[in-house]
Order: sequence, then structure tokens, then C-alpha cells
Amino acid sequence: MTVPTIRVENLGKLYQIGERDSYRTLRDTIARSFQRSPRKSEEHIWALRDVSFDVYEGEVVGCIGGNGAGKSTLLKLLSRITEPTEGSFELRGRVSSLLDIGVGFHPELTGRENIFLSGAILGMKKREITNKFNEIVKFSELERFIDTPIKHYSTGMWVRLGFAVAAHMEPEILLVDEVLSAGDAAFQKKCLGKIDEATGEGRTVLIVSHNLKAITDLCERCLWIDHGRIIRRGSTQEVVVAYLESTQPQRTSGRIEPDMHENPNADALFQQVTIVNATDQHVTKIFFGETLRIIIQFEVVRPVSELRIAAGLERHQDGITVAMVHNNDDPTSSLHNLKPGVYSLQVETKIPLSPGGYSINLEAKPGTGITRAGRNWDVVRRAIDFNVEEFTKKGEGVPSVDGVIRPSSKWMLTGKESQ
Amino acid sequence: MKVETSKRWSLPSFKEIWQYRELGYFLAWRDIRVRYKQTVLGAAWAVIQPFMTTVVFSLFFGLLAKVPSEGVPYPIFAYTALVPWSYFQNTLTQISNSMVLGRDLIGKVYFPRILIPIAALLSGLLDFGISFAVLLVLMIYYGIAPTLNVVFLPILLLFAIITSLGVGLWLATLNVMYRDVAFIAPFLVQVWLFATPIAYPSSLVPARWRIWYGINPMTGVVEGFRWAMLGTGTISLPTFAVSGIISVLLLVTGLVYFKHYERTFADRI
Repeated sequence: MTVPTIRVENLGKLYQIGERDSYRTLRDTIARSFQRSPRKSEEHIWALRDVSFDVYEGEVVGCIGGNGAGKSTLLKLLSRITEPTEGSFELRGRVSSLLDIGVGFHPELTGRENIFLSGAILGMKKREITNKFNEIVKFSELERFIDTPIKHYSTGMWVRLGFAVAAHMEPEILLVDEVLSAGDAAFQKKCLGKIDEATGEGRTVLIVSHNLKAITDLCERCLWIDHGRIIRRGSTQEVVVAYLESTQPQRTSGRIEPDMHENPNADALFQQVTIVNATDQHVTKIFFGETLRIIIQFEVVRPVSELRIAAGLERHQDGITVAMVHNNDDPTSSLHNLKPGVYSLQVETKIPLSPGGYSINLEAKPGTGITRAGRNWDVVRRAIDFNVEEFTKKGEGVPSVDGVIRPSSKWMLTGKESQ
Repeated sequence: MKVETSKRWSLPSFKEIWQYRELGYFLAWRDIRVRYKQTVLGAAWAVIQPFMTTVVFSLFFGLLAKVPSEGVPYPIFAYTALVPWSYFQNTLTQISNSMVLGRDLIGKVYFPRILIPIAALLSGLLDFGISFAVLLVLMIYYGIAPTLNVVFLPILLLFAIITSLGVGLWLATLNVMYRDVAFIAPFLVQVWLFATPIAYPSSLVPARWRIWYGINPMTGVVEGFRWAMLGTGTISLPTFAVSGIISVLLLVTGLVYFKHYERTFADRI
């Protein structure tokens, strides 16, 4: 049996409540020592407790959980920034921790100077930094600004420089906290690639992140920490799906408020829209590739000879209407001669939407003939929001795509070898 | 490497500090770069502080109060003492605030925290060098030659470093635990300035008290500087021994105290 590279045993960290925000003063302490009354028992909280796990050489393990779950405390302990209250851990090999981007950067110093400073702070030797200097600069894409004090840098440039330094560390064990969420998408991709490359070289990595996409892309195994304890561990897909299910809001209302109607005097008015999953629960997130089921409730105020209803899916990222679904696309659901009353329509559609945030816009057009646009139509914008996850229902991660939709496709190769 | 809760009091690991020495140089280099970039006066600042103090002392103590200066012109008498004193005062102030000011670094990455105070000691040497060069210029102007005892200057400087680090580590640690210590440090330095024979010679202190005067370790350093550079006074060995013992005591206790609480700094700042 091989020895684990990281071995954590019953690790625990106790914090005094408020210890992090408030501080004592000598004056208070002296004053208190003169008082006869015993000190009020102070409240404590276990930020982390009974945490045990092993990570073997070359493994990449993710750690997920909500805010304040104890993920960052775990990394701070392993990085030796703070000391455990109980338990122990063992690390075999040179450790680098990346708890923030641009640690030790000084705004007055130039990019060049900061590369050396930050590199040294992250544990690199001067010779190492000198050797990799050109590579670091190239990676950061900041060649032109390398001799400019970084106080003139934009946040993006700052992040790029910080990551460029960090990406060139060569530790045997790498501890990463949340830094992947910094920077623009393209640069993030580059950084993920760099970490992936590093693990290919047998590096052991522990990553803490909110970015579930990054976790699924990089890690085979995953820990889910909640209230300072590991509540689930196993393959990343399994843990991520369990985590997503638990964090999904139970009910969301797509109630249409009176001021949401573009034309409150329309013949038919929307009342409510909801998105439901296969078991008819209201949801605000769907898995990638999952059928989108929308229930639209509307009231017919005046009799209409025909009603056409459409739902548009608008992507938040750029406001593109990705698709419109019309009730008369389905010949069985034409709505003719509706009397006043409240009706409900259920729409099912399978659009391979790329992961991200979307809104549903609704339109109700009564009549068949050409009516003056909008006279008796109801239009409701952003009736409800929903997200498409970066995972399929089975927990498979979806590689990032640039397009709006990600249809399945079949490819065929023809031709023959020239010799 | 195995890590668990440690409760024992001990000295910092010198082996580890040595392993991290490059970071110490880098931090010192950063201090210098930043100081010289942020202030218009840059290098001049190293001289202005002791120089202006000399002017004020010369006016009020030398001219008005007619404080004796052991046969050398008062300004050079005061300035010679202010050269090591300024180094001591500046590094002490910097070290005592260093943990609180360095909180971003301390909360984000591991390294022996003592490197920050060590870097302050190193970067202060540059200012010391500049003000010392000015002292040489002043000596030429006043036509005073240094004595052969200048060979002892490095030892005297070492004592200034030891004292500054010892007291600085105490204050830096206390500062993390009790924030009002930040207000005490400048006051302490102020009082200490007058408890040290800078504006006046230690010969003003009655002979039978003089050995107790050595409890202030800066007495030995400052008097030693004058003795080596200007040839004034005599260095009393018992006084100097007391100063030395106190300095070392401050350093050792400071190191142990700092080391013991070092691991909780990230939780407190």
C-alpha cells in the first residue's frame, strides 16, 4: 500500500465567535482582571471538526460546500496559516498554497518587480523565478506593461499577472482556494489547462471552489463539507449532483404582478409561469440536456376567437432570444373560441441550451386577422428566470462551448489513406 | 511534515528561517523600493530625521540649557548618538506594527513570520548607512577624527539590532493581541529617547547610579558610538555588560513569546 501524500486525521478548528472581527484591548483586559465576577463564558464555534481524508500522489481532489461551510478553513490549516485546535495532518513533499491571486503584490512596484516579490512569497527561489521570468511574462500577456507600476493595471491585468506567477510554481502538493473564479473566461480556461498540465506531471492537488464546472473538469474525487464536517465524499459526479440537488430552491414563483403586463387591458392576461422537473416540482435550474417543462397560466378577460401564445427564451449573458416556442407549432394545442376564465397550458421542449442563465418572455396574441401590433396583446418580459446547469442529469460535466446551443451531432469520416 | 497543535514554548527554528532567507531579502528589498518610490525625498529622509532632531537639540539643550557635551561641539555630540538611535527607533516602530500591517500576507501564505521584522532590520541598514555617511562628513567639517575604537562599531550596531528586534517582537505580538498597544509604542519610544544619553552625556548621571543606567540597553550603544567615533567619555565595562545582558534577555524572551503566538496571528488579525 502506498503512503498518502496528504493525510488528514480528525482535524478540527475552534474559533471564538467574533474573534475574527473584533479584537481585545489591553485596557479591557486589565480592567477585567480587576473585576471579581467570573468572565462570561465565551461562545465558540467549530469551523471544522472530525475531518479525515487521504489524498494520494497525482490525485486531484475537489472540495465543495456553501459559504462558511469550512472549506477555506481546511485550506488555511493545510497551508499552515493557522493551527489546528485538534487532530493532525501530514504532507509529503513541497507544498504551495494558492489562497488568493497576487499575494504580496505591491501597487507601487512594477510588474517585473512584483513577479519576483510574489514568486518569493509563494515559495519560489530567486533562480527559479529568473529562469521562468520570460515564460511568466508571456503567460500573463502583459509584455508591454511589465515595467509599469501595477497600480496602473486593471483588475484583469492584476489577476493575469498573479496567476501567471502562481502557474509557474512547481510544488509537489498544490492547495488552491477559489482563485479560479477570478479573471475572464478565456484566461480562466488557460489557467485550468495549466493546472491540468501540472497534474499530468504527478502533482497532487486539492482545490476548493464554488465553480462546480472547474471541479468536475479537474477532479476525480470530491469532498462536500457542510458545517465543518465532511458530509459526502466520492466520485466528483456523484458528490456534485448530490450537492446541486440539496442547494436547489424548493419553490419559485413566476407570479406575474400587475405592473409586469405591457398592456394591462389586453384580452388575455398572463397570471403565472412555472418551470417544473420530471416529478412536477417547481425548479429554477435544469440540468443540461433536460427537457424544459413550462406551465403557463393565463386569464381570458374577453372572449377570443383564437389565442396564440409564445414563450421566448432569452439568454442573460447577451440578451439573445435563443428560441421562441409557439403553441400553434403543435397542431393539437390550437386555442379557439375561448370564453372568459382561467386556463393553464403546459409546454415541453428539448432545446440543448448551453449552460447559463435564461429568462422566459411571454406573448399572448388574440385573433387571427392582422391586428394592430400590441393593441390587445399581452406581453410579459422576464416572467421567470432559470439556469441551465453545467452538468447532465447523470452528473457528466459539459465542456464549455461558445455557441448558444449545443446540439448533439453525428460525424462521418470518408476518404482513404493515400498509401 | 506532520502538523498538529503545539503547546510548548520554544525558540523559532533557525533552520527554517535560514531556508526562507531569500524571502527575507525580498521583503527588505520591497521595503526599500517602496519607501524610495513613495517619498519625494527618498534617501534624504534617512538624514532629515536625525538632522532635524540635532538642530532642535542643539538649540534647546546645547545653546539654551547649556547641556555639557564632553568637549566636542554639541551638534556633533547629539548627531553621533542620533545615528544609532534613529535606526533603533525606526526599526522598532516598524517591527511593532509589522504584523498588523502585514495582515494580508499573513492571512494568505505561510512563511516564518519573523522574516517581516528581520526584513525591517535589513532595510533600515540602508538608512543607517546614509546617516552614518553624513556623520563622517560632519566630522570632517568639525575636524574630528574617529578613534581606533571604530572597530567596535559593528558590535555596537549589533546590540542596537538585538534590542530593536527583542523589544519589537514583544510589541508586535502584543499589538496583534491588544490593539491599543499601537498607541503605547510611540509613547514608549519618546520616553526612551530621553532615558538614553542622547541630548546629554551619561556623565550627568551620578556615578553610583550609572550601572543601573545600563539597564537601558541603548545607553551602551549610544555612549559606545560616541566613544568610538568622537573619543568622548569612557566606556564603563560593567554598565556595558548590564546593557548586553538585558539586550540578549529581551531578544530571547521576545523570540519565544513571538514564536508562541505566531501561529495564532492569522486568526487574530
